[in-house]
Amino acid sequence: MRSICLYFQVHQPFRLRTYRFFNIGHDHQYYDDYQNRHIIRRVAEKSYLPANKMILDLIREFGSGFKISYSISGTALDQFTLYVPEVIQSFQELARTGSVEFIAETYAHSLASLGKRDEFLRQVTLHIQKIEKLFGVKPTTFRNTELIYSDQIGENIAELGFHTMLTEGAKHILGWKSPNFLYCNTINPKLKLLLRNFRLSDDLTFRFSDRSWSEWPLTTDKFVKWLNALNSHEEVVNIFMDYETIGEHQWKETGIFDFFKHLPSQVYAHSNYGFFTPEDLYQRLQTVASISVPYPISWADEERDLTAWRGNELQDEAFEKLYSYDQKVRNCDDPAIQRDWQYLQTSNHFYYMCTKWFSAGEVHRYFNPYGSPYEAFINYMNVLSDFMIRVDNFYDSKQKSIDRSKKITKKPAKIAAESLKKKSKKTKSVTKESVEKSVKKPKLENNFKKLNFDDIVQLSDRRIKELIKKIDIQTLSSAMKGADNKTKIKVEKNLGKRALSVYKEMLNKLKNLTSTEVSKYRKQIVKEINKTSK
Amino acid sequence: MRVLMFGWEFPPHITGGLGTACYGLTKGLVKYGVEVLFVVPRAFGDETKDGFRLIDASEVLLDFKESFTQDYWNQIKFMEIGSNLVPYVGPEDFEQIVTEDILVSKEQGQSVFSKNYRFSGKYGPNLMEEVSRYALIASSIAGMQKFDVIHAHDWLTYPAGVAAKKISKKPLIVHVHATEFDRSGENVNQNVYDIERKGMEEADLIITVSNFTRQIVIEKYGIPSEKVITVHNAVEPADPPEFEIAQKHVKEKVVTFLGRVTYQKGPDYFVEAAHKVLKKDSNVRFVMAGSGDLLNRMIRRVAQLRIATKFHFTGFLAGQEVDTMFAMSDVYVMPSVSEPFGISPLEAMRSNVPVVISKQSGVAEVLKHALKVDFWDIDALSDAIYGILHYEGLRKMFFKYGKEEVDNLKWENAALNVIEVYKQAVNK
Repeated sequence: MRSICLYFQVHQPFRLRTYRFFNIGHDHQYYDDYQNRHIIRRVAEKSYLPANKMILDLIREFGSGFKISYSISGTALDQFTLYVPEVIQSFQELARTGSVEFIAETYAHSLASLGKRDEFLRQVTLHIQKIEKLFGVKPTTFRNTELIYSDQIGENIAELGFHTMLTEGAKHILGWKSPNFLYCNTINPKLKLLLRNFRLSDDLTFRFSDRSWSEWPLTTDKFVKWLNALNSHEEVVNIFMDYETIGEHQWKETGIFDFFKHLPSQVYAHSNYGFFTPEDLYQRLQTVASISVPYPISWADEERDLTAWRGNELQDEAFEKLYSYDQKVRNCDDPAIQRDWQYLQTSNHFYYMCTKWFSAGEVHRYFNPYGSPYEAFINYMNVLSDFMIRVDNFYDSKQKSIDRSKKITKKPAKIAAESLKKKSKKTKSVTKESVEKSVKKPKLENNFKKLNFDDIVQLSDRRIKELIKKIDIQTLSSAMKGADNKTKIKVEKNLGKRALSVYKEMLNKLKNLTSTEVSKYRKQIVKEINKTSK
Repeated sequence: MRVLMFGWEFPPHITGGLGTACYGLTKGLVKYGVEVLFVVPRAFGDETKDGFRLIDASEVLLDFKESFTQDYWNQIKFMEIGSNLVPYVGPEDFEQIVTEDILVSKEQGQSVFSKNYRFSGKYGPNLMEEVSRYALIASSIAGMQKFDVIHAHDWLTYPAGVAAKKISKKPLIVHVHATEFDRSGENVNQNVYDIERKGMEEADLIITVSNFTRQIVIEKYGIPSEKVITVHNAVEPADPPEFEIAQKHVKEKVVTFLGRVTYQKGPDYFVEAAHKVLKKDSNVRFVMAGSGDLLNRMIRRVAQLRIATKFHFTGFLAGQEVDTMFAMSDVYVMPSVSEPFGISPLEAMRSNVPVVISKQSGVAEVLKHALKVDFWDIDALSDAIYGILHYEGLRKMFFKYGKEEVDNLKWENAALNVIEVYKQAVNK
């Protein structure tokens, strides 16, 4: 029996809202929630839900005779969860039939495979986890963003333990070879390759409803005839396409649903083909040859290359700026930053910056929220600038807290010893307590060590200045009454000229202040010190 | 083919884009073997005329006893109005015109009929009078010369075109470079509107400089759409500079507005956008080059916004100063409220300056490598400016493709399209 491999790509990006430069630095809401919700609901209603139902009916009718495979990007899954959870349920229902294979990809449908190896592998792992969690299966087949593939990417994927990968049957890499066989990676032959039959796939994706096409209308009858006309040695026909083709790119009225509904019965009645998943094919077929792809290919446009996402100055700058934060982001354990990092990598953002559509490409305009690639670039760069600031801030504050805890752990014994020497009775008991604490639980107090009044001497000048800013001069001078000279000097040298003279005057006036009052003011200061240290 | 062409001004004596456009187009036509008789109200003698005849209307003597002149004068009486309309007025003339104003309205009746009328050749309060007079002379020229088509540029010359058509029975093409709606917004001067409409109705075919203007002609003047054809303007290739271009002496990036400071050009949106950008990035300077009736209001607004140390006014610039200004600019902004075409962004791009233009401009129809925003959308405008200033990729793209794109907008191509229109008019 010869094989038909039906595979559908399900992907939706988190489209960005109009984000102006004056939002940079304070507004971290990047996504056009209204539009994203609107689009995904519309597509779910027109395509995903009815198509899932149709596929489910077919599986119920043909049992294991009808098998199908999907890859659903993480960003699409997240949007389903947010806006149309019933789509997830309907995919789960399909998963339970056992006739559906879920294929892994990068979580964000990103371009990380192009030279960002670590990030790429990290994203694939994230996606595998998500698929396992939702559908209870661990993917064994991999499909990269828009079928992007090269020898190198294939090798990386093999390392992760995948045994099969899907890509484009691009003419310029195949030459005289047919896409209708199982091939393998040239570096690591353990990785098998399934190549898209672009003629038959595009007949459905682009030409199905085109009335000026000589083959219109395309019926299942005709399609099966074409399958039968293929050389009888050829083993597998890979029909790969966007899932949205059913019902969204090709409306219901074009008859696309009827085509798929009647395809299996027609195939079984008039040909020796059957429907299989990539996993089945890996088990069933032998590789005929290896394929060498030194430069990345994809399924996009006529060129089948990367020019839709990379290559012009806009795309390259955006790409480089984005990935210059690769390392930094990895050290941020902030979930919001991690989430945005994923969503900003989605390949669609780069697709919108493509200048090719100036000459050709209605496809590029599809769902494109921008009037021109320049607008797309500016908007993306504004968002990215804000994101970079956030990462920097997070990184800096984290770095600071690490530095501080290092300093404190180095000196706790010293501080404690010095504190004990202090003469002031009022503070002594407090100091004792803190010393005891610091001795007992040295780890806990790394970040939150409670400082007391006498610790002022230990503080950096910068922090003294900060402290002075926060308290009024009367509190300060009252608290300093009767303090030891070291502390006094420490504070006085950080006061401004004018503040100093006021402070001295105050000290003179406050001669008959009681010690309880003094300690009250000191408490206030201690409170303030501990605030600033956090 | 021989064309009788009516214009109002010709380089180097120009006050707006009209003269530049006429010159470029005429040169293009001559290249394809079209003979052009170009009539201007007053020739100064130093006009550039490469291969075409420039007729000075002031030199044409009129014999008022000839019946057709008298007939014609009776027909165009309606245009004789003492209007205070001052379109396109150069700042250096402003004062002079205002003082002359009262005199002019008194003398009007006789001066039109004096034998050898001195045209000012400029736009001013006695414009209406000159328009009438020009038409009168047109009819005289039309009687003396041989030609196949009449081509009239903008409303000032429409009456001349109509008169020439009446005499010669040759097809008339009117070329709409701007309409009254562009100049005055919704406060349209009825007299000008009437002249424009009459010219369009009488014309066999109408050329508009953009689809944006074509739409106005169809919708607001009620002209059937099949009569209106768009031929986009072009730009002269840049001459190598004869002088050393000054480099800028400030370290900040410079954002420039260059044009008349009038309602039509949207200077107020530029000021507001400058304010927004400066709030975020003080490392930028804004320049408003040009003059006009809104200039004082702009200065006041800039002071009010407290951005005057970063926002500069140069006054009216001409010739070499314009090139210098472009050489010092990092971004050129044209936020026009209504711009039939708008050649200046092309000149900026020719000097490798990235441009932000309003979608309400004809030039937006032909440019790909420019940022386009709605003129009223100050947020988008300031965002575009900020983007060019901060994101290197954008400037690289504009450097690479902008100049190339402009260099491909050639007057020869526009001329070819105009010749097509001539042929269509002759065969009609």
